[in-house]
Amino acid sequence: MIDAATLYGLCAALLVGGGVYALIVNPQPLRKIVAFNVIGNGVFVLFGAIAHRGAGFGWGGDPVPQALLITGLVVAFCATALAVALLLRLFDEAGSATLAPDARPPAAPEAGAGER
Amino acid sequence: MTDAINCGLAILILALAAWTIVARDTFSAVVGFVAYGLLLALVWVQLHGVDVALTEAALGSGLTGALLLYAAARLRATEREARAERPGLPTRVAAALVAACVTVALGIAVLALPDPAPTLAPQTAASIATTGVGNPLTAVLVAFRAMDTLLEAIVVLFALIGVWSLAPDRFWGGRPGTLHHSDPDGVLAYFARVLPPIGVVVGVYIFWVGADFPGGKFQGATLLAAMWLLAVIAGLADTPPIGRTWLRAALVAGPVVFLAVGAAGVAFAGAFLGYPDGYAKPLIKVIEWALFPSLALTLALIVAGAPQRSAP
Amino acid sequence: MSAALDLFTIVAVSAGVVFFLAGTVGLLRFPDALTRLHALTKADNLGLGLIVLGLLPRVDGVQAGLKLVAVWLLALLASAVASQLIARVARRAGQST
Repeated sequence: MIDAATLYGLCAALLVGGGVYALIVNPQPLRKIVAFNVIGNGVFVLFGAIAHRGAGFGWGGDPVPQALLITGLVVAFCATALAVALLLRLFDEAGSATLAPDARPPAAPEAGAGER
Repeated sequence: MTDAINCGLAILILALAAWTIVARDTFSAVVGFVAYGLLLALVWVQLHGVDVALTEAALGSGLTGALLLYAAARLRATEREARAERPGLPTRVAAALVAACVTVALGIAVLALPDPAPTLAPQTAASIATTGVGNPLTAVLVAFRAMDTLLEAIVVLFALIGVWSLAPDRFWGGRPGTLHHSDPDGVLAYFARVLPPIGVVVGVYIFWVGADFPGGKFQGATLLAAMWLLAVIAGLADTPPIGRTWLRAALVAGPVVFLAVGAAGVAFAGAFLGYPDGYAKPLIKVIEWALFPSLALTLALIVAGAPQRSAP
Repeated sequence: MSAALDLFTIVAVSAGVVFFLAGTVGLLRFPDALTRLHALTKADNLGLGLIVLGLLPRVDGVQAGLKLVAVWLLALLASAVASQLIARVARRAGQST
């Protein structure tokens, strides 16, 4: 049986991969922000697994990477908040949240848009 | 037994992450993300990072979740438009290939990690007595890697300034967020009266025990911020206008005290953020007590967002 | 004595798990939001209560036991409020359509 650090390390690799896929494929910017958070979580879990391997002195993990993880989580929250604020302002200004370069506001609804 | 828990947890995490990726509705995806964050906190417990688990549950899942849920509700009208923009099959196949490459590369790296693992635990254990705190994470955060924490406190402040600067000109100096109303006898108002006293005690407790046990200022401050936001959402409190001098002073107080202690270290200990012998514990306490309220206020205002109403 | 306590823990926690299972089945199988909430909150509150009850003999010290009970009470409060709010939204959405 593989140990916890390896198991969660591999889990983290899958999280990062899934996040990268979602970041590219999902057109909705909020979904991209969520995907970016999934990637970030994957990186954090990988880091945490590595910290767990450095356990010693009665501690369950190497305290230095664990402390950096707390810093990382706080900074990730700040980046997410800033991204969401940018997105909401874009929505307020443009009436749409699309990132497509040739997009126009939905003033002229096209027949059949959204249907296939 | 532990293996079974770990495997089950890993499968649940991956399934919820997959849900946030494939769910059609953004709101459902965000709800999945919140649940995923809470399970991730259990992963941190399994990896023996209880401090990290507290941060993940409070900040990574809680406050981030509130932020994303609010944004998803606001952006609901853009769902159809976004669905029409869904990329074609070639893009999706290419994205899947890229993702698979990343995953495989990381997986190989995980399996090839050096053995024995490099660790800084011996150095931390050797020096922790000089700081006078018992929780090694607090020692790392406020003593050994104090520079990181100082910069982090400033990043949080900058994020708030960034969020504020997205306000339309006419609302600059106004109050963040919309004004919330709820039935004063309703269940939400009741909840917002009952929970904050408990939540504030728990938040201060988590901060207080952070010196020697899992906990600390970030986790405690997040709880305080959440309690205040609950009162705001229930209509029992209102966000302050961002132009107020007292507010700005309170926001910068923590980082300023931290910087002042750091600068004093140049004079008395020979290095920026150095603590003179015997004074480490009181100085750490000063920094923690100064950062705690500033952080709580900053985190709460970041979630409250850009000003949307002019001040009266 | 300790065997009796072990038995008590096993029975209570197992009963709690059964309630969780029933609640989850209800969540998945019931037709609309209100019945789903009914299944979820009733079963989960009782299930969590039984699990806490089952774990109480195993904690060391009164303080840890009080913490466990506090967790249960807070979960009760939160789920009651959340289900009220969800039910209100669901009813409003049901009326408008």
